[in-house]
Amino acid sequence: MWTWFHKLGSPPHAYRILGKMAPWFGWPALVLILVATWWGLWKAPTDYQQGDAYRILYIHAPSAWMSMFAYVMMAVAAAIGLIWRIKIAHAASAAGAPIGASFTFLALATGSIWGKPMWGTWWVWDARLTSELLLLFLYLGYMALRASFDDPQRADRASAVLAIVGVINVPIIHYSVQWWTTLHQPASVTKMDRPSIALVMLIPLFLMMAGFQLYYGWAMCRRLRGEILRRERNAGWLKEAN
Amino acid sequence: MDLQKFFAMGGYAGFVWSAYGLTALVLVWNTWAAYRSETEARTSAQRRTELSRETRT
Repeated sequence: MWTWFHKLGSPPHAYRILGKMAPWFGWPALVLILVATWWGLWKAPTDYQQGDAYRILYIHAPSAWMSMFAYVMMAVAAAIGLIWRIKIAHAASAAGAPIGASFTFLALATGSIWGKPMWGTWWVWDARLTSELLLLFLYLGYMALRASFDDPQRADRASAVLAIVGVINVPIIHYSVQWWTTLHQPASVTKMDRPSIALVMLIPLFLMMAGFQLYYGWAMCRRLRGEILRRERNAGWLKEAN
Repeated sequence: MDLQKFFAMGGYAGFVWSAYGLTALVLVWNTWAAYRSETEARTSAQRRTELSRETRT
């Protein structure tokens, strides 16, 4: 098991494994997202309070979840890279940033589109929305910081510190609806007791979450491969990999 | 459910469809960007290895 793990840290091995893994994430992701979209838009019944506008939930909540998940993954990879000096962990951290940023943008944008008919406004400066916006800026700051270094190792170290410090924001986003009064509705699925949403409405949400999660896996495989190639500037194995 | 009602989304058509359209757009962009980032890295790596081979011979 440990040798397998060790091999994964070696760039040529990881490059090959990631290439093999990518379609196993990609195709199920596509199927799940399509099924969830059909179920969420067509099959699920209309909400008695929000009408059909509630259907934005099926893309908004999974995007918001992915925005936080991707950030935690990015920070964990950065920490592993910083502590054990594993290059590929830094590469994974860098590869995840644009994916996470795009989900954060989606969470904000779909939330805004949902907010207009439900709250009467596109945006309010409350805790949930502001902390999610801060998350977007953390992603953008992370990417900008990386781009500002010529030396990839210094870029790795500096951006890793930013990623790790910024992780404080994730629990703030999650609990913001409990800690502060806000327009945003409280959690209806991730509750300790039973979720307060009907099963036929809940299933497409889970399908979409699973689909987004797999999609993230696919995008990570592709981007991490690119990141590995960029870092292995003069290694001999590149000739065989091409 | 008939199609006209489906597209009307109970009067929220503009909101629901723009949200889903935007999501599709971002996912497609993301897919394209991930592919491009990989192929770009591969072609530049190819160029590098070819260059080093030329200088050696």
